[in-house]
Amino acid sequence: MTVRINGTEHGRAPRPGQCLRTFLREEGCFGVKKGCDTGDCGACTVHVDGEPVHSCVYPAFRAQGKRVTTIEGLAPADGLHPVQQSFLDAQGFQCGFCTAGLIMTTAALDEAQRADLPRSLKGSLCRCTGYRAVADAINGVRTVEDPEAGAAIGAGLGAPAGPQIVTGTARYTFDVAMPGMLHLKVLRSPHAHARITSIDASGALAVPGVRAVLTHEDAPAKFFSTARHENPSEDPADTRVLDDVVRFIGQRVAAVVADTEGAAEEGCRLLRVAYDVLPSVVDPEEALLPGAPLLHGGDSNAIGRLDAELGSVADGYAEAAVVYEQTFRTARVQHASLETHGAIGWLDADGRLTLRSSTQTPFLTRRALADLYDLPLDRVRVLTGRVGGGFGGKQEMLVEDLVALAVRATGLPVKHEYTRAEQFTSATTRHPFTVRMKAGARSDGVLTALELRVVSDTGAYGNHGPSVMFHGCHESISVYRCANKKVDAYAVYTNTVPAGAFRGYGLGQVSFAVESVLDELARMLGMDPVLLRERNVVLPGEDMTAPGSHADDLTIASYGLDQCLTAIRDASHEPLPEPAPEGWLVGEGMAMAMIAAGPPGGHFADATLTLLADGRYEIAVGTSEFGNGSTTVHAQIAADVLGTRPDRIVIRQSDTDVVAHDTGAFASTGVVVAGQAVLAAARSLRADILAKTGAVTLGVDTAVQADGSALHLRDVPGPISAQGHWTGSPRSVAFNAQWFRIAVDPGTGELRILRSVHSADAGRVMNPLQCRGQVEGGVAQALGSALTERMVLDGGTGEVRTTGFRQYHLPAYADVPHTEVVFARTEDTIGPLGAKSMSESPYNPVAPAIANALRDATGVRFTDPPFTRDRIWLGLQNDHKGQPMT
Amino acid sequence: MDLHTVVEVVSPARPGQWRRGDAWLGGGTALFGEPQPGVTRLLDLAASGWTPITIRDEGLEIAATCTVADVNRFAGAPGFTAFHGLAAACCHAFLASFKIWNVATVGGNLCAALPAGPMIALTAALDGECLILGPADPGDGPPGKIPADPGDGDGGLVERRVRVVDFVTGDGSTVLRDGEMLRSVTLPRASLTGLTAYRQGSLFTHGRSAALLAGRLTQAGEFVLTVTAATVRPYQLRFPELPDERHLLDELEAAIPGDAWTDDVHGLPAWRAHLTRTFAAEIRRELAA
Repeated sequence: MTVRINGTEHGRAPRPGQCLRTFLREEGCFGVKKGCDTGDCGACTVHVDGEPVHSCVYPAFRAQGKRVTTIEGLAPADGLHPVQQSFLDAQGFQCGFCTAGLIMTTAALDEAQRADLPRSLKGSLCRCTGYRAVADAINGVRTVEDPEAGAAIGAGLGAPAGPQIVTGTARYTFDVAMPGMLHLKVLRSPHAHARITSIDASGALAVPGVRAVLTHEDAPAKFFSTARHENPSEDPADTRVLDDVVRFIGQRVAAVVADTEGAAEEGCRLLRVAYDVLPSVVDPEEALLPGAPLLHGGDSNAIGRLDAELGSVADGYAEAAVVYEQTFRTARVQHASLETHGAIGWLDADGRLTLRSSTQTPFLTRRALADLYDLPLDRVRVLTGRVGGGFGGKQEMLVEDLVALAVRATGLPVKHEYTRAEQFTSATTRHPFTVRMKAGARSDGVLTALELRVVSDTGAYGNHGPSVMFHGCHESISVYRCANKKVDAYAVYTNTVPAGAFRGYGLGQVSFAVESVLDELARMLGMDPVLLRERNVVLPGEDMTAPGSHADDLTIASYGLDQCLTAIRDASHEPLPEPAPEGWLVGEGMAMAMIAAGPPGGHFADATLTLLADGRYEIAVGTSEFGNGSTTVHAQIAADVLGTRPDRIVIRQSDTDVVAHDTGAFASTGVVVAGQAVLAAARSLRADILAKTGAVTLGVDTAVQADGSALHLRDVPGPISAQGHWTGSPRSVAFNAQWFRIAVDPGTGELRILRSVHSADAGRVMNPLQCRGQVEGGVAQALGSALTERMVLDGGTGEVRTTGFRQYHLPAYADVPHTEVVFARTEDTIGPLGAKSMSESPYNPVAPAIANALRDATGVRFTDPPFTRDRIWLGLQNDHKGQPMT
Repeated sequence: MDLHTVVEVVSPARPGQWRRGDAWLGGGTALFGEPQPGVTRLLDLAASGWTPITIRDEGLEIAATCTVADVNRFAGAPGFTAFHGLAAACCHAFLASFKIWNVATVGGNLCAALPAGPMIALTAALDGECLILGPADPGDGPPGKIPADPGDGDGGLVERRVRVVDFVTGDGSTVLRDGEMLRSVTLPRASLTGLTAYRQGSLFTHGRSAALLAGRLTQAGEFVLTVTAATVRPYQLRFPELPDERHLLDELEAAIPGDAWTDDVHGLPAWRAHLTRTFAAEIRRELAA
């Protein structure tokens, strides 16, 4: 019996235990995505006999004799389904990985369901957008703009990949068919800390289809860091591809490579591993104590340390009218990009090691692989497809090293794709921070002392630990003028899943404490919290100071913080649009944040612009695209410089073959660094074309001579190419502020957001539609950290207990309020065409703004997010008026 | 997700076919939603062709393979006010979306036996009785007593009936023994009329139930309160007439032992107990009005 897919009979029978999702993908329907594989996220939604189902939990054999429609078959070949068109019109996506599922879901909604989207979309998770753009798409709101030639900057241009995303034809990491491809599965450690004494692979090797078993004996002896930075020495080299010591439950023990996933899994089950269990420690404070088990030798588990003081906080307290001290703990949260980690590796026709990976850093990963396997750089190529979300999680080399080992061992193509459970147990997380903070202020609100003790849990490996700790303790503090500042900070190894880069890179955790404490100081002084900020924030021309040695290339090259704070004050002065339910407690709160537009120590980008034979232009740039929208802005920059329309620009990107170097799409650099390189290349190309043709200006498709005659660009003898480069230094700063009015039901602990306003200083806003989307998505992700998301680890072993979206609650449509976004009007003197960064920063002020609103509404200072209803209710029971609730 | 260890599907499967390594397959949304490394064969019940909902003299018979969508759209018996008062609400109590309802079954929800299982709440509240079919020699004896291949006939089958409130024995556990399967749930006619009230609490709007309570006032004036989600198994309190609030809360306190409150990531036990008391009082007031 056949399965009729998009009108065509498919005769191949599914495997007995196969789900419909993988069957459809094997039949070429790559638009059907794996987000969770457990029926929770909806990325795999298809229609079976006209009814929408989650194909990951639909037995494939049952589709025999039925009609299946996927995103590829929703519309006739020559057009778009109305829902596809509306997702394009509203740009109802960022990375786009969930989009096919959302479109298939929307297309199946009846009128009543459309009228109740919070309920109807509970099985449709989007990690990027915060759902406003999704709502606009479903409600038929058109927000995208079609700018005139030369006017793309500042317009709401749609993403170049939009048509592919809404039709399911955008190709993500695993959306390629590769004949003869092997599958790699990993046996993971059941112990928090153990030495592997033996691995018996005979049973695994006897499984039909198993090609290789890889253990620490096959791995290079070299140590490296999974973290990726331009300067590799920033991150501790403490990791091996496969180690003979495991340091957390979930760490790689061995890999099995086989013809099928099933055989590889069976091989893993049949590996016999003997362990010598070692003492372990999962609490970072205990890990700092003398006598604690040392994870990586040396004399301490502190892998990062900052102990410095500016002025004297003791003097500051003596001068203070009010002093407040409190301890705050941020939860361990996960990036939860809907595309999991993974890579496909092979040797190309020339024998060159090639990796197609879900990464934010193809160039740095190539360099790391070359180092690891002693290969010249030109013998390694790393590229990406479209990447299904990053949020910092893919600024790591978590799979490529192992795939490379397997490719080299077998000589064949190998795929390693994380399961959703592995994302939680064996990728990286945000660093959980404990921040003890004490601060003082004079009666006029001027800060006299800021003192922080910071303990960051980096887990079993150091990767981004020290850098996150340093960054966390910089802009969060240096945004305030205060003569006396002290920081005592530790990044600590524990036998838990490693933490890594995460949107905000430490700032959110420390800002949570700083902004909460400033709120309390304002309360103690009876002062408006906005006014207290205004009395203390750093001003243009002033130094941004924080204890310790920090890079000195940071400068305020545009200043919109005053406008951000004014927007917050204006919002709080506006009357309540609708009253809160009777008996509910109402309050409001704000917080603010500053972030450097790029990392210290250099962040490099190369771009090449080429006039193609057909008269269009090609941008070659290293930046990968995962919904950050950099690609759109690059096209806008090039189009305006070249006097043309964005549809005349084609882009090749995110491939170590296309340009010399690109540090990567992290630290909010897609616009301010890679965009700068594109701008330089475009200007250079324009000059070259004018010089070569004698024209005085460029028009759409033409070079225009002084006499007004036009030469079509395809008639310009070519090719003409120009290069652009940017070093990422000096750096400016961006600002954000968030304000909430909330209501709390004291009977149940339910928190309802009545109004949400976010103000942002992004410099010149290159694409208001996209930039607004970045802010909305950042707010939504932060609301997850503040209200819903928490990884639960076993207190004794560190084993991750929350291994799926049913236990780990990503904000769904119903959880995210509409946020009003207000942009400051500034023009940066460093960033390209006046722009600044805006991708991580909206995340940072959200959690403390919620905590401050909760304090205002309930009288209780909540210190440990997430603030779920049970914990809010419990806090109210204990009647901790003005006291902490932990 | 793919269940790679499965090498065979029996579709449709019949009661009595179970052998070690088999899993009964309803809609599949639970079974395919997590790794099942011990399962080598699927016994597909969804293809059995059982009528989803049958109106009988004794009440409503809901097949184990009846989908949640079938329950939600069932409009066949307008006199069954208690059923209609609770059915749609319990469907909406699913964390899972309407897309899952098209596939997930009532039987699957009962057999998964999660505290938050809303079909457990619905059928328990309506005094449902499970019809269980199994081999004559049930599998809780020594493994050796299970025939390697019991054959494909219906011979030697034994049926037993267990109330839904007793069917679920804990978080993820039921009275089912190896080889047994749930065939149907019958809701007695006397429990299908009268008034109902319902309350659901969750950490999140439209989230997984942390407390799911259903109250029912029969035409004879009896009050039945069913507590699920907040507790690891359903608890049911019956009163000959609507009690006053103090009496209700006292009985609740006495009925549910302290260690029965669900303690997992979906809500703190103390909060679930508080919601249960609040909801019980609200339900009582609503039905008294």
